[in-house]
Order: sequence, then C-alpha cells, then structure tokens
Amino acid sequence: MGSDGKKREGKTDQPSLEFSDPPPPFSLLIAMAMAIKLSLILLFFSSSLIPTFSLFEDQVGLMDWHQRYIGKVKHAVFHTQKAGWKRVVVSTEENVIASLDLRRGEIFWRHVLGANDVVDKIDIALGKYVITLSSEGSILRAWNLPDGQMVWESFLSGSMSSKALLTVPANLKVDLDSPIFVYSGACIHAISSIDGEYLWKKDFASEGSVDVHQLILPGGSDVVHAVGVTDSSQFDTYEIHVKNGGLLKHTSASFPGGIYGEILPISGDRFVVLDASRSVLVLITIENGQIHLEQTHISDLIHGSSGNTVILPSKLSGIFSLRTDNGIVFIKVTGEGKLNVMERVDKTVVISDALPHSEGEQAFALVQHGDGKIELSVRLVHDMSSNHLKETVKMDHERGFVHKIFINNYVRTDRSHGFRALIVMEDHSLLLLQQGEIVWTRDDGLASVIDVATSELPVEKIGVSVAKVEHSLFEWLKGHILKLKGTLMLATPDEVAAIQKIRLQSSEKSKMTRDHNGFRRLLILLTRAGKLYALHTGDGRIVWSTLLQSLRTTSQQCAGLKLHQWQVPHHHALDNNPSVLVVGRCGLSLSSPSALSIVDAYTGKELQNMGPVQHSTVQVISLPFRDSSEQQLHLLIDADKRAHLYPTTPEAANIFQRESENVYWYSVESEAGILRGYGVKKSHSSDTPPSEYCFETRNLWSVVFPSESEKIIATVTRKPNEVVHTQAKMIADEDVMYKYISKNMLFVATVSPKASGPIGSATPDESVLVVYLVDTVTGRILHRMTHLGSQGPVHAVLSENWVVYHYFNLRAHRYEMSVLEIYDQSRAENKDVLKLIVGKHNLTTPVSSYSRPEVTTKSQSYFFTHSVKAISVTSTAKGITSKHLLIGTIGDQVLALDKRFVDPRRSLNPTQAEKEEGLLPLTDALPIIPQSYVTHSFKVEGLRGIETVPAKLESTSLVFAYGVDLFYTRIAPSRTYDSLTEDFNYALLLLTILALVVAIFVTWVLSERKDLQDKWR
Amino acid sequence: MKLTKSSMLLLFTLLISSNSAFQSDELLADDEEFGLEGGRSPDIDLAVPSSPQIASRSYSSPQPTRKRSTDSESDSRVQFVLEHAFGDSSEFSAAGTFTARLKASAHGGQTLTKLRFSRNDLTATEKEKFKKVLETDDYYRIRLPSDVLNAPGRDYAISSLKARCLAKDGLDEHIHIHMEGVNILAVNYGSSGACQYPRQLKLPAKWSFSSHTVLKYSDLAPRTPIFSEDIGSNEIGDDEGIKPMVERSFWAKYWMYLVPLGLVVMNAVTQGMNMPEEQAGGQAGGQTQQAVGAVPRGQGAAVRRR
Repeated sequence: MGSDGKKREGKTDQPSLEFSDPPPPFSLLIAMAMAIKLSLILLFFSSSLIPTFSLFEDQVGLMDWHQRYIGKVKHAVFHTQKAGWKRVVVSTEENVIASLDLRRGEIFWRHVLGANDVVDKIDIALGKYVITLSSEGSILRAWNLPDGQMVWESFLSGSMSSKALLTVPANLKVDLDSPIFVYSGACIHAISSIDGEYLWKKDFASEGSVDVHQLILPGGSDVVHAVGVTDSSQFDTYEIHVKNGGLLKHTSASFPGGIYGEILPISGDRFVVLDASRSVLVLITIENGQIHLEQTHISDLIHGSSGNTVILPSKLSGIFSLRTDNGIVFIKVTGEGKLNVMERVDKTVVISDALPHSEGEQAFALVQHGDGKIELSVRLVHDMSSNHLKETVKMDHERGFVHKIFINNYVRTDRSHGFRALIVMEDHSLLLLQQGEIVWTRDDGLASVIDVATSELPVEKIGVSVAKVEHSLFEWLKGHILKLKGTLMLATPDEVAAIQKIRLQSSEKSKMTRDHNGFRRLLILLTRAGKLYALHTGDGRIVWSTLLQSLRTTSQQCAGLKLHQWQVPHHHALDNNPSVLVVGRCGLSLSSPSALSIVDAYTGKELQNMGPVQHSTVQVISLPFRDSSEQQLHLLIDADKRAHLYPTTPEAANIFQRESENVYWYSVESEAGILRGYGVKKSHSSDTPPSEYCFETRNLWSVVFPSESEKIIATVTRKPNEVVHTQAKMIADEDVMYKYISKNMLFVATVSPKASGPIGSATPDESVLVVYLVDTVTGRILHRMTHLGSQGPVHAVLSENWVVYHYFNLRAHRYEMSVLEIYDQSRAENKDVLKLIVGKHNLTTPVSSYSRPEVTTKSQSYFFTHSVKAISVTSTAKGITSKHLLIGTIGDQVLALDKRFVDPRRSLNPTQAEKEEGLLPLTDALPIIPQSYVTHSFKVEGLRGIETVPAKLESTSLVFAYGVDLFYTRIAPSRTYDSLTEDFNYALLLLTILALVVAIFVTWVLSERKDLQDKWR
Repeated sequence: MKLTKSSMLLLFTLLISSNSAFQSDELLADDEEFGLEGGRSPDIDLAVPSSPQIASRSYSSPQPTRKRSTDSESDSRVQFVLEHAFGDSSEFSAAGTFTARLKASAHGGQTLTKLRFSRNDLTATEKEKFKKVLETDDYYRIRLPSDVLNAPGRDYAISSLKARCLAKDGLDEHIHIHMEGVNILAVNYGSSGACQYPRQLKLPAKWSFSSHTVLKYSDLAPRTPIFSEDIGSNEIGDDEGIKPMVERSFWAKYWMYLVPLGLVVMNAVTQGMNMPEEQAGGQAGGQTQQAVGAVPRGQGAAVRRR
C-alpha cells in the first residue's frame, strides 16, 4: 500500500539499483551478490516501502545549508558602553533590525519586518531598548536589547503623511518618565520609553502646512525645538514644552528663494540649507527668539563649482560638508556666523556623523578609496588640520566603493582612545575595521538576490598522486571504523562528535569537481547591488564573486535584471567554461539603455562587457538554438518592439534567419490589460533596421481584457528546461489520457479591478477571478474559467499539463488552491492496441499550434490554511519521479506537498481500482503535515522565490529558496529509490562479509577435519 | 436521428446547388454553441444544422427571420465588422459582418445571442493578395473590435493564421469569439485539421470561405466541496497520504546483517541438501560403513534440520 506513491501515471519506476559512486569494496559485494540479487532487491524494496520522508535529527546539515543575512545597512547604532557583549544594532533596506556581535559579526537577534514596514529610524533608549520607527513613522516599537524581544509597540496616527523623525533624549526625565519624541504624520508625539504610553501629541496640521525637518532637544533644557519649512519659502521654528506639548514660541522668517533638500543642524541654534537654485547657502541662526538668515553664494566660497551642490547629511557639530562636482568641501561655521572653507577632499570620500569623544571633543571619520585599499582617517572637529588616526586597509576590488560609514570609539588597553568603523560597501557587504584590519565581513548583498542560475562544476582531472590516494584511503578507513564504532554503540562522546563532524564536512560534498549524482553545482546569484556570486551547493561557501563592471560604467543607476545561461558546453566546446549572460538596465524607465555582460561561471571573470548598449531591454528570450561554440542564441526585445539578436556573429544571424519564421513570443501589458503575440517580420520591410542583428517584429494576435471587469494580476509559464517523461497518463480502469503538453502555454489570472486591492477591500459579489490558459503562438484561449467571489493575490505554478494556483475565496473566508489539468482529446483514439499495431495512430504526427486543439480540462479546488509567498515544483532529470509542490508559506518556510493531493480526479469514495492507482479520497482541505517542511526548523526570512534544479540522479531534485536568507537542500519526492543513502556503512558490510567468509572457511576446515577423524575412526 | 441526418443532407445539397460564394451558419440557442465546438463529424463541419430558413436567406443582408416571444423591447441588434489583412504589408479591410442580438442577462449585464456572420466575397485583388500570401507562406490576419457596442473599443482583438493552413479544398475557417459581456476578449482563428510545419503550397479549388463561428463564454469553476466535520476528519484519519514519521524498521536498519545471515543459512541448507545424497550413495555401497559412522551422523543431521 505504501508504495502506491510511486506507481503513478503508468510509470514503473522500479528502482534500478544504480549504486552511484561505488567505493572499491562494493564491487566485491556485487560479485557476491549475484546469487542473492533477487532477495536483495526484495529486501531493498521492503526497506523503501516504509515512508522516511522527513529527516532525522542527526541528518540536519548533511545535505542542506542555511545562511542568514540582513541586507544593506541603512542605520547603525553602537552599544558598547557598560555592556558585556559589544554589539551594534542595525536597520537595513530589507527592513531587518538586527543586533550584531561586534567581535565576530554574528547575528545576536534579528527581526524581519514586512515588505511594507520600512524602517525609518532606529535608536537606543534607556540603554536597554532598541527603538524603531517604521511604516512612515506610524509604528514605534521597542525591543529588548539583549534578546530582541518586543517590549512595547505604539501606533502613531497622524493627520497627513510627512517625514518621520525620531529623537531619543539621552538624560531627560519628565515625571519619572523618559519621553521619546517622534515627528510623523505632521504631528509631534511624545511617548514614554518605558512602556510606550502616549504622553502628548502636538498637531502641526493646524499650524499651516509646515514640513518639519529637524527635531532637536538642546541639552539640559525642557523645550523641544522643531525646525521646518512652510511652502518651501518660510522657515518656522517651534518651541514646545516637553511636559505637556504646549507651544511656547513660534517664530518664522520668509525666504522667497525657496529651499532644496533638508535643513541640516550645525549646532543648537544654527542650521544650514541650500536655496532652490542650489547656488546659495542659507545659514539660519536663532537668536533671542528671532530668526536671522544669512546668504552666501557658493561660488564665493568655492571657485569654479557648478549647480550640482548637495549638503551631505553627516551631522558634524560646528562644520558641515558640501558635495560639488569637483569634490567635497568642509565648511566651518564660526561663532560670528561666518563660513570658512576648511578643506577639500575627493568626491568619493564618505563621511560619518560626528561622535562625542573625550573632553567634549567631537570626532568623525572619513574614508577614501584607493587602488585596492581604503584609507580610514579619524579627525577631530576642532582640529581639522591633522588626522587623529589614519589607517590603510587592504580591500578587495570586488567590493566596490564605500557607501556608508559609522564610527564608534573605545578605550584601548593603554587608556588611549581607539576607533572602530563599520563600513557598508557598494556590494552591500558590511565590514568592521579596527586597528587597520578588517575584523569581520558580512556578505549581505546576498540578502537581495534577484535571479538564480546554476552551473555544472568542471570535470575531475584524471591522475591523482599515490600519496593522496593512500592518505584518502587511510582517512576513509578511519572514518568508517569510527562509524562502525558508532553503529555498534562503542563510541565515546568525543568520537560521536567526530563522526558528526566528518559527516558534516565530508570533503566529498564540497569538492570543486563534477560528481556522478549531479549534487555538486554552482549556484550563480545576481544581487540587487549588481554583484554576481557563485555559491557551492555542497556547503554554501562563496566560490567567487564579481561586481559587474558593465553595471558600474555610467553615472546612471544600473541594476541587474536577469540571468540567463549563455554557454553550457557539453558536446564540442568542452574546453570552454560555461558562462552566464547578465542583462541589466541603466535608468528607471523601461526604455532606458540596457547593459549586458557575459561572465565565466567557473572563475567569475567578465568575458564580455557590453554596456550600456544602444537599445533598451524589456524582455529576454532564450532561443532553443546554439551556435558552433555552444552559445545560446538570445533575443532581446526593446521598448519599441524590436528584436535584437545575441551573440552578434554572422553565424548566429544565419541560424536565426533560418528559423526566424518559427520564432514567436508574447508580451503582457498588465496596465493596459492586453496580451500580444509577436513574430519576426520578413526581412524585406520598408524601413531597414539599424543593423543586421536587429529585427522588426509584427503583432500576430492580441487578447484584450475588458478594462472595466478584468485586470491581469499573474502570468505563469512552464519552465523552459522542464522534462516530461510520458505524455500518457494511465488511469484506473486501464484507460489512457493524453496530457496536453505544450511549451507555449501561458497561465493568466485576472481579477475585477475592484478586487485588485488587499483582501477585504471588495465584497464577494464584486470580485471575480478568471483564469485562462493561452497558447502563446496563436493566442488561442485553450481554457477559461471563472471563480466567483474570489480574489488575489494569485500565486501559480505551471508544469507538464497542469496548473496549481492559490487565491482567496471571499465567500468561504479562506485561501484556496485549485488545480487545472488539461488533456489532449485528439490522441484519445489511440487506445486501441490493434490500431497501434496496424499503425493507424497519430502519435508520431508533429504537433502544431496551428492545428485545432481538442482539449478537455479537469479542475478541482481545495482549502489551504496558509497564505503563500511563492509556489514552485520539483524538477528531476527525466521527469519520471512524481512531483511535489514546494510552497513558500507565510511563515517563511518551504512546504512540500505531494502533487497527488491536488489531483482533479480525486473523488469522495474512490473505487478499488482508483485506490490502487494511488488516488486519494477527496478532502475539502489540503493537509499540512509538519514533517513535510523542507526547511525543517529553519526559516528563510523574507522568502521571495524557490528555485528547483534537477540533479543527475533521477530521484533527486535540488531546491534553493531565497529571500533575506538562503536555504539549499535536495529532496527526493519518491525517496531515493535509485541510490543508497549517504550514511550507508560500506565498511560494516564489508567487514561482515569478510567475517562470514572467514567463518565459512573455518567451519569448512573444521568439518573436513571432523570428517577425516570420523573416517579414521 | 435519421430525420436530422437526412435534413442535413438536404441542406447540404441545397447549399451546393445554390452555388453560393460562401456559406454562413448561425447559432440559435446558447446551448448549441458548445455542442458545435466539439463536433467533428464532417456533416457538421460543412454546415451548421439549423432551420432551412437561414440556409436559404440572402447572405448580404441578414434579416430577422423569426420573431420570438421572448424577444423583449430591450433586445436590440448589433453589428460589428470582421476585418482582414494579407501578410505584413497589407492594411486591414472589411471582410464580413457579424450581426447579433443583445440580450440583458440576469445579473444586469448584456450578452450577445443569435450571432450571424456574413462574409463578403473576395475581390479579384484580394484573391491576388491571398495567392501571394500563400506563396510566401505568410499570415492571413483578422481582427474584431474589442467592444461590440462602441467599436473599436480599446483595441482590436487580433488573430492570425498561416494562409496555407486555410487553403484546403475550399477556405475552411473556424472563428471562436471569446466574449465577456459585450466585450470581445479574443478571437481564435483556425482551420480544421492539422497544420504543421513545413506547410505545402496548395491553392484552394474554390475561392470561398466556409465559416464556422462559435461564441464562447467563461466556464464557472467547480465549487470547493465542503464536508461536515466528522467526514472530513475521518477522511483525513485514514488518509494514507499522511505519512506519520516512523522509525526506520528493523529491516531498514539491519538488512545488511540479515542478508549475509540469510546467505549462510542458504549455504547451510544447500550443504545439508547435498549431504543426504552423498549418504544415499554410500548406503548402497556397504552396510559396514554405515554401521560404523554414517548412521549417527545422518541421524544427527536429520535431527538438526528438524
């Protein structure tokens, strides 16, 4: 009964006993086993019948790894004084708040806020709480510093949206309370830092449309100063009493020039801002309740500077920094309100905030980028002329420029002051510098993976030295003896630990060569920072990383978009390394020029850097054609619907010209609600394209969704590299159904525009979900189905001839999953054996999209408890193994759900034949079995995607889930029926056999002897 | 059945004898639309079974042939134009007209019923163009307005087909129009039968279209079954798909020891089997030997085996 799972779809996945990678002794067994092969197979069968889907505790980490990241750091607050653990609290662009160990860079604790809960500000209050302000200043939370538990949470309601500012006074006591001041929603809120209680609120909406830029609490006073701008032409300062929020004083001064950017505080009563033309510095001084404005032309201060001036937001007391086209200038504000240029530095210099240092002095750090190194210098604000500290640190080229720096001081063993700096690099990595060295690094760029590709590893070189063999043989023997001890329960605890260590760090799995089972691969990850990483699947280490130069060349912001296989050599270009194509876009709009680069997958070297190219890229199509050097042909579709062919070689153009008639693609215009299909225009067109690698396209079909009733929310296609083993599906009563398998099938889901918002924004009567199956060559709608009272978000996966999609049912108030299977009727007559023998069947006729399809569909829906972040499906090398859906749940875990649960042929009372086929009785809800979490105890925080890659071993599929965290494992949906488990003890088997052979020999000798004695008797 | 078949034959002959440039078909009731779509029998492909009135009516100006009692005053007639183009270079031009009745549906929207299609004759230039398209294996493209009431709506629903797929004996076309209320979502244009690459050039014997049109609406998804609690729990209870985590069985853990053990046993058994044979041979040889040693041994072995 338990084996029913394997006998699906008429396949007999009889475990072909392929003993993968057999170590030498096993061949001996095979020789011996010939006699007992039958019984062995039977035994193996019976052992595999028992479901061992989930892992054992000691198997964690054997074939999976989990890496935790936080993303690019936005703010950092150090907590080093009076603390046993030196730590730094950071908030990141992935909306993570984390407390990091300053010594090693490890995460003490971490919280991933939702995608919509952007962290605005963080600070530490009372020396024990981390205060975070998020969601445009509407949520204020306090977290316990040592363990990250949430202490309190307050929702701040404002009258209108505005900036979010947070001020945590150091030593302010108001009636035994230490208030925190928050400006958000055009209100100043005072909140008790002890329990989050609301103290008072001052609404600025009634004061005219003032936009507060700074919230300052001058030391010792009990007045909050709010400095803002009204209609960008009037400066306003408010003095508010800290106890009750009463407005004490309001002064204003009009400034007709308008302002640009933010007001920067210089000291308690001085502020500086740029005017709207960015050519005049305005110094604001508040004296005796009066606002004095003083204007200085930048050209008077700095000669030859142009308009692109920005005041850098680094808060340095008494001075400020100004970035112009030529460099960064430090300007000191003297007591009389004069501006003095102090120093000029290079444009790439990054400046930290000032840090209170000993005896009222303030220090700040600046980092300068050199060739292969960075220079960190710490200066005192009062004494700009000399460096207080200057350190040169060697820096990897692949980390790019420094983006941010945060400094912290400490007392050295010789009682002098030392500084440590936390720097954020261009590739989003985080480094701690101290004493001229990199103490630790975190590759947090991996928290923002955009796209994933995989690459095979190089083939192992033949010819290994004898010493190595001897060594490895010895090691191998030692390891197995240890394992033997463990099995016989003779091992000491130390040895048990050693066994576990050997298992985890087996050199086999992290080798840099191709393996027989195809488990060892390179995962190539493109991150938002424009960096390419290659991770080894064995242990998750970074093999190489490259900051793509093609995305860095221009001043524009280029970002990577897509990763495609460019060259996968396996026949006649084996000497070449495989390579990947990275497509990026420089600029924000769709019509911005694109950047392309081709990267060697083994070394990470950029082989070809084509960026930025003239045309834009909206869509990238991998054509199923290769040139003689095994380069995959790609079509890049630009915003004007022109197709650009890559690689730009005459050979590729030749291949494409030959096949261009049968090249089709489609575009989804979500805003317009139109699907369009395209083909390549015949070359003899009136307006000649700019080059021979550029082709005009023509619109072949279009599907126009009525804008008042339907809006496209999801489109899904089949994975291009998916392998389908059989087209026929055997069903219970010896009948056959033929799957409609087309590479050109597109699943589209639309909802009524009213229901496109979040759940609850539309009534069940208003919301309709319509799903379509569209053939993308002809635009034919193969199937169309309406779910009344349902709405998105829709997550779907399309594989073989089925789609599974997840949506919300408003009438049932539950999430649902539906399955839609499509079958080909035109081949249904092929059931007759006689016809097959005579040859009167159409199984060999080619399939064309232009033929009229005769399809039937089957559908069924089930309730599903979780909301879903991503859905994927396992893929195996030959497609024989049954499939599992991989569902990224809202809890950031990956759940494996057998496809048999979403089979539209399930019925309430299956017949005996159907039961034998493995059809499950129909249930209204899909079960969630705790053991089937692929991620077992881990969470892939911020889960965004699940990628599956087939291993060479048919039973196994490699799964890579990414989000803020990365998780890799391999799963066997029908269990590893084609190989022995990794912890199989060959040595024990060998020893047993040896012992038996010896025993047989001994008994034989003994019996001979006895025979002889008997005969002599 | 026979009656309908014979009437169809009659109709068929009528159509042939009338020597019309093209045939038109009509769908009277909604429930016929889907029946037609699946139908592949040749007589249906040639002409749609309908009342002879329609077959004999004039093609150029379709007129309401019957007045139904259900037709209320809210019903009104709409017309929209099918346009076609030959290959890339040619512009779209009118190819035929659809006429239909607007019917108010239960939920307030409007739907089309009684769709009729009349195709214009191909002009000489169009025939030339068509020939050229056939020669170059290019596309024959058609389009319909996306909004029937105020054409063309937001955009045209376009469909195209390799012209060589169309050219059989006549020009056999199947137009499936996917509707949503009064909006045309998509039009699927195709011919009957297979049409795979590479397509052979074949000029049609007859330059007339035989058109088959189908209006298609969306299916309703089957509702999720909701079971009462006890059934559900029962079902889940004996659901074999729920795999409880079972410790690896005795076999799974120790098969590697048991197999050699089985080997030994088998070995012993075969040895034991061999021994009596030897003894049997010995028995015949001499009784003295037996008396001396073999008897106790043989007995002993027999006892052991038991």
